[in-house]
Amino acid sequence: MISVGHYLAVSAVLFTLGVLGIFINRKNIIVILMAIELILLAVNINLVAFSAALNDLVGQVFAMFVLTVAAGEAAIGLAILVIYFRGRGTIAVDDANRMKG
Amino acid sequence: MIQAIVFLPLLAAIVAGLGQRVIGNVPAKIITTGALFTSCALSWPIFLSFVTGTGEADVVTVLHWVSSGALQFNWELRVDTLTAVMLVVITTVSALVHLYSWGYMEEDPDQPRFFAYLSLFTFAMLMLVTANNLVQMFFGWEGVGLASYLLIGFWYKKPSANAAAIKAFVVNRVGDLGFMLGIFGTFLVFGTVSIPEILAAAPGMAGSTISFMGMRLDTMTILCLLLFIGAMGKSAQLGLHTWLPDAMEGPTPVSALIHAATMVTAGVFMVCRLSPMFETSDVAQGVVMFVGAATCFFAATVATTQWDIKRVIAYSTCSQLGYMFFAAGAGAYGAAMFHLFTHAFFKALLFLGAGSVIHAMHHEQDMRYYGNLRKSIPITYWAMMLGTLAITGVGIAGVAGFAGFYSKDGILEAAFASGGGGVIAFWVGIFVAFLTSFYSWRLVFLTFYGKPRWEQSEHIQHAVHDDHGHGHDDHAHADHNHDAHSDGTAGYHPHESPLSMLIPLIVLSIGAVFAGIAFHHPFIYPEEGMAFWNGSLAFDEHLMHAAHEVPLWVKWTPFTVMAIGLFLAWNSYIRNTTLPARFVAQFKLLHQFLYNKWYFDELYNILFVKPAFAIGRFFWKRGDEGTIDRFGPDGAAALVAGGTRLAVRLQSGYVYGYAFVMLLGLVGLASWAMVNFL
Repeated sequence: MISVGHYLAVSAVLFTLGVLGIFINRKNIIVILMAIELILLAVNINLVAFSAALNDLVGQVFAMFVLTVAAGEAAIGLAILVIYFRGRGTIAVDDANRMKG
Repeated sequence: MIQAIVFLPLLAAIVAGLGQRVIGNVPAKIITTGALFTSCALSWPIFLSFVTGTGEADVVTVLHWVSSGALQFNWELRVDTLTAVMLVVITTVSALVHLYSWGYMEEDPDQPRFFAYLSLFTFAMLMLVTANNLVQMFFGWEGVGLASYLLIGFWYKKPSANAAAIKAFVVNRVGDLGFMLGIFGTFLVFGTVSIPEILAAAPGMAGSTISFMGMRLDTMTILCLLLFIGAMGKSAQLGLHTWLPDAMEGPTPVSALIHAATMVTAGVFMVCRLSPMFETSDVAQGVVMFVGAATCFFAATVATTQWDIKRVIAYSTCSQLGYMFFAAGAGAYGAAMFHLFTHAFFKALLFLGAGSVIHAMHHEQDMRYYGNLRKSIPITYWAMMLGTLAITGVGIAGVAGFAGFYSKDGILEAAFASGGGGVIAFWVGIFVAFLTSFYSWRLVFLTFYGKPRWEQSEHIQHAVHDDHGHGHDDHAHADHNHDAHSDGTAGYHPHESPLSMLIPLIVLSIGAVFAGIAFHHPFIYPEEGMAFWNGSLAFDEHLMHAAHEVPLWVKWTPFTVMAIGLFLAWNSYIRNTTLPARFVAQFKLLHQFLYNKWYFDELYNILFVKPAFAIGRFFWKRGDEGTIDRFGPDGAAALVAGGTRLAVRLQSGYVYGYAFVMLLGLVGLASWAMVNFL
């Protein structure tokens, strides 16, 4: 029987992968966006798992919201990235250091 | 009247120095020169009244100065015979030097400053000689030191002049420390700084002892020696003499006024003024005589090897000051003052003559590049000739002679008559008289006789090229080079100095010829001297009697050695001009030793200058920079700078870096919350 614990484990693995994808990745900003999606999905899995386990639909409603926001976020993120690429000619993470003190 | 003599130069210095922009060059020169000639005109009647015996010693109070417990004294101008002698020497030479500077400094852009300094110096010197208490004397003493510093460094753009000025000031500080300790000690012992009161009480203190640096020492000896250290500094005696030759970096009129005629004789004056104190201590007198004789000998040996015309005369001055001191040490203060008096005339004359030669030779000072100038600048030549005759002491005992003959022979006879160490000083003096004659005639022969050697001089070449630089084609240049090889003149024509420079030369020549014969009776004859000095210095009538009754050979020896020196100089520099070079080759070591001034400068460099620099550098690098700065201001600044450097590194600009820190913070916060609240 697959319990809530299993879902949580998968979700935790996905979340960690997402976080590591942000911090370890030094190559490409698109990969960062993908990693963020991964994190959101991990959260979604949590929400859905708890919703099923507790018989409460609010969790699934939230999951739908998150999916919507994630889609919007991806669209805006990619749009910014396109503008950024036009301006600087690169989307390498190591080159995006304009906030340096 | 004495107030006018002393304060006119000060007034002129203030007007010319501070108002030069307003009144302009020529009025500034007229005011200072006029003030000095007025002072001079007022001084001579005072001096002559003392010579004729009608003058009375007088003290004029100017201002109340200090009143603090037991220490009370006023600004007072003392006029007695000793002061009167100094007054005429100072004001006469100073007035003539002012006049001479009109010509010598004509092309200088800073003339009012120069004249203001000269007048300021004269004021300080007059303050020194009219002082009635030791503090006022010290005021004048420091005043002349300051003026000397300013004038040596007058051409302040020349690094060597600045260095020489600083050296003169610093070396004089050593002497001044001695003088100050002497003044403090005198006040401690006598309870007063008034000179007449000290001199009156001095004999009573003879034989008492004082604790000094943990030892019991004879009071008067220690006081006199401390005061004498001051005199050694000012009068450039052996050990503290190193500043005087370097002081020749100043303009030549300054050398004539300060470093020949007046300031450097301040030490002799001080010893004579305090002669009753020195009379109470045989040890102090012995030291004075020994230092004087040693300086006399040392400076004369160095003078024989120098090439710079002003340096020769500077060492000659040093040597003559030595004569004055060993006369004072022998107890013949009158003879010392007499030599001071005559020396002022003929040495100022020699310096101003040298200035005239330098002027004619376009600022060339090296005698190797002179020669045959007697036809080009005849008046300067004759003036220098008379000065040389005076300094070498030409004269026939019992008949007549030049100024230096009377005073130098007076010193030598007194030294011989004083017996004991005096006889040794006498023989040193005789040998120095020979050296004096040699180097003085060497100077004259190298400068005025022989063949012109001008073409090797860079200064002359500059002068010639400036003259011929334009309007001549290459052919003319070739011609003039050809001429240069044939007669050694490089086509240069020395010109006689302007009248403003010649008049002082002529007046001083008169002094150099007649100052001895006119005044030797009151200065050094036993009975007349007693009446003339009238207690203003310790005049030993018996000694002067004995000095006049020395054997005939003693009277004739100075003249004989003078003649030998003259012959030797003539033989080496006119008859057989290769002789000096061969002599130098033969005695290379001796020549090097003398040419390098007995290596005094090098010795002091190792002994004092380098350790002083090392200590200074230690405190600067290790103490100040290494400790105080390092842990103080610099340390705080470095801490801030280092901290910001770390903070800057955190601001990498990478978003993931910031996100990671956020994550860490979040994790940390969560862990903390879990540990504490669950």
